[in-house]
Amino acid sequence: MASGNSRSGLDKFGRPLVVVTGLGVVTSLGAGKAENWARLTAGQSGIRAITRFPTDGLKTRIAGTIDFLAPQSSTAALAESLADLVAEEAIAESGLGTSGNFPGPLFLAVPPIEIEWTQRIEVGSRSGSNDKTTYAELIRVAPQFPDYHQRFMFGSVADHLAEKFGTQGSPISLSTACASGASAIHLGVEAIRRGETDAALCIGTDGSVNPEALVRFSLLSALSTSNDNPQAASRPFSKNRDGFVMAEGAGALVLESYDSAIARGARIIGILEGCGEMTDAFHRTRSSPDGKPIIGCIANAIRDAGLTPDDIDYVNAHGTSTPENDKMEYLGVSTVLGERATTVPISSNKSMIGHTLSAAGAVEAVFSLLTLNNQRIPPTINHDIPDPAILMDVVPNKARDARVTHAISNSFGFGGQNVSLVMGLEPA
Amino acid sequence: MADAPREVWITGIGIVSCLGEGGDAHWQKLMAAKPSGNSSLFPPFIVHPIAPINFDTQIPKKGDQRQMDSWQRIGTYAAGLALDSAGAKGNPELLSRMDMIVAAGGGERDLNVDSVILTGTPQAANPAAFLNEKLMGDLRPTLFLAQLSNLLAGNISIVHGVTGSSRTFMGEESSGVDAVRIAHSRIAAGQSDIALVGGAQNGERPDQLMLYEFAGNCLKEPFKSVWERGETGGGFALGSLGAFLVIEAREHAEKRGAKPLARLTAVLSDRSNRKPGAATATLSRLWDKLKDKVKAGHAAVLSGASGAKAATAEERAFLEAQVLAANGDLAVRATGSYLGHGIEPQFPMNLALAVVALGHGQLFPPSDASGLETPMSASLDQVLVTGVGHWRGEGLALVERVG
Repeated sequence: MASGNSRSGLDKFGRPLVVVTGLGVVTSLGAGKAENWARLTAGQSGIRAITRFPTDGLKTRIAGTIDFLAPQSSTAALAESLADLVAEEAIAESGLGTSGNFPGPLFLAVPPIEIEWTQRIEVGSRSGSNDKTTYAELIRVAPQFPDYHQRFMFGSVADHLAEKFGTQGSPISLSTACASGASAIHLGVEAIRRGETDAALCIGTDGSVNPEALVRFSLLSALSTSNDNPQAASRPFSKNRDGFVMAEGAGALVLESYDSAIARGARIIGILEGCGEMTDAFHRTRSSPDGKPIIGCIANAIRDAGLTPDDIDYVNAHGTSTPENDKMEYLGVSTVLGERATTVPISSNKSMIGHTLSAAGAVEAVFSLLTLNNQRIPPTINHDIPDPAILMDVVPNKARDARVTHAISNSFGFGGQNVSLVMGLEPA
Repeated sequence: MADAPREVWITGIGIVSCLGEGGDAHWQKLMAAKPSGNSSLFPPFIVHPIAPINFDTQIPKKGDQRQMDSWQRIGTYAAGLALDSAGAKGNPELLSRMDMIVAAGGGERDLNVDSVILTGTPQAANPAAFLNEKLMGDLRPTLFLAQLSNLLAGNISIVHGVTGSSRTFMGEESSGVDAVRIAHSRIAAGQSDIALVGGAQNGERPDQLMLYEFAGNCLKEPFKSVWERGETGGGFALGSLGAFLVIEAREHAEKRGAKPLARLTAVLSDRSNRKPGAATATLSRLWDKLKDKVKAGHAAVLSGASGAKAATAEERAFLEAQVLAANGDLAVRATGSYLGHGIEPQFPMNLALAVVALGHGQLFPPSDASGLETPMSASLDQVLVTGVGHWRGEGLALVERVG
């Protein structure tokens, strides 16, 4: 390759430029980019009453469940089937590799995998205990359920994907709580920048709507209890927001070095320009009141992209609809954007699809890239009562055409996890 | 990147297990060569319970301790030891740009609540409603924060102030290997200067015994060293342990005046599908990338073999056919005989024990009646560390004496 060409494949810092050549997505709105984008820009909600299990006695009875696929026996199995679907879509679009042989590593954001009540009760019932049932009884009969070993290994979803799609090396399963999807992309970007690989498959997946997972968030008072009108329950940046709505989904990105994509004539969907992170040591579930870690995270991502805050013209918000997150995100975004904070559009996909947890960073990166490609911004729906303390253009209720050249997507999670990604279009 | 890879040093270790706390306690027990396990906690299964720890010395606030379950306390404690060892404790400037990768499993259960639900379900008029009622009413709200995989890292940030970045890898043994591999790659490539990497497990958990006993993996009495378990079906004994390393670029360490405990020369990992022979073949391919660096005579192997039948047999075949064949009488030690199997943190623990052995310039005695482990009297300059997952994941690392 001529030296002129290889120069163009480097970013402002002399690192291999990372581009996106394939996308896949599934949410409660549907499977695939076309259906999701159509419904997202139509301002439709995928939130509904939970029918997967009885909700008697639960404070929250709504979620963004994925019910249009074959029912699965566990979060692990559902997360796996969602990841399958989006990996298939993203790899097909990229045209990279051959069937069952993807030429790069896998970075998978996946919910913590654990045996659930369906299986625990099944094993308990096999124990035949007439008296108190303890783990001693379960352990005694455990070897009668050999399949449960592999199913409930943390690495099982990634292992399945590595085998099916033929990714290279040891697949990474990771969690940074609700920032996991963004961290998966960040790890892929870093691997390509190191020159270790020309491509990476980055996936975030989550299928966690089961009774105990719902109760866990409920007991932390994190969930919306607007059960009577599910589609209006997720109200990011609204004055009357009352918590997030749990949801399922998956997003996949095929990342590739610019040189690799150009050499094989692939269509470049967008550029993964920068990644930033900064940990918050203030509290397990709450942000530092001064917002410094969020501010630092957003600023780090913009700096890593070789841009300045003035270059950002769309913010894909974490926007969970909890009182705490949206307030702190506003503080972070407005501090970094300065005077432009009131005019740069910011919208939350979660107003329609809910919070897809481990998948959110990846799902919302896919939507950010679709926003760039379509030059159209999906709205923040259910924005009827603006929070007077949040002075931003949240693209209320209706999608809008706009010129978007550099978008930033935020992801924040329990445990002080903050990750931001900056994405852009290939310069003409 | 065009620049040559940077040299990576290990400048801090923090370890705690059934053998005690810190390098000296571990060395004394390993030199005594009397591995044993505990079969009274969960008979007939053998586990390796954590030695008594005064958590207050690394986690001063009782409120922080209360927010954690055992695995998080063990890990946060070990992380503090590692930061102390690296001279990084209480240095906000350094900690604010220190990266962190934690290898973690899942959280602990409220065993009483689980038992109440399991016992009551068969009699419940509406089992689903009974489940919801018990979960809503009986689970303590903060239990979730003791369960989330990434909350060991979260607690380390809160207690010790490590805030450069925080990532948690999951996936059993592989997560420990890959946590070190990625942290090492980032430093070598200039993406990071210094990182805290490791993990923790509480092995005294009946729900974990159930999980691994689904595959019949749990070691039952009588206790044997890991190499001697194959004839009786194999198996591993869960071990409670925490292990963290501080690794950093040589130039970064020199600039701040930190001494190298050892050089982390290479960390490699891969995944085979574990058809017969596959793990041996994968380990052999990884070894091909390292073998020219290993010099016979002053090198040894610290094996992470768990005792799981097929995995340990494949690792042994690899060691015998490749490593021992090429390096004559190179000595092998399986630390799992002493520590039990820590799953996620096992590989970081063995890297730390390699550092301890290199610090003493010698290897500890064999403890294996099967004949694989042989005495070594020569001085020790290099340690090959293996990490072969009980069902997936193969890893190798080379740790070397500096100077």
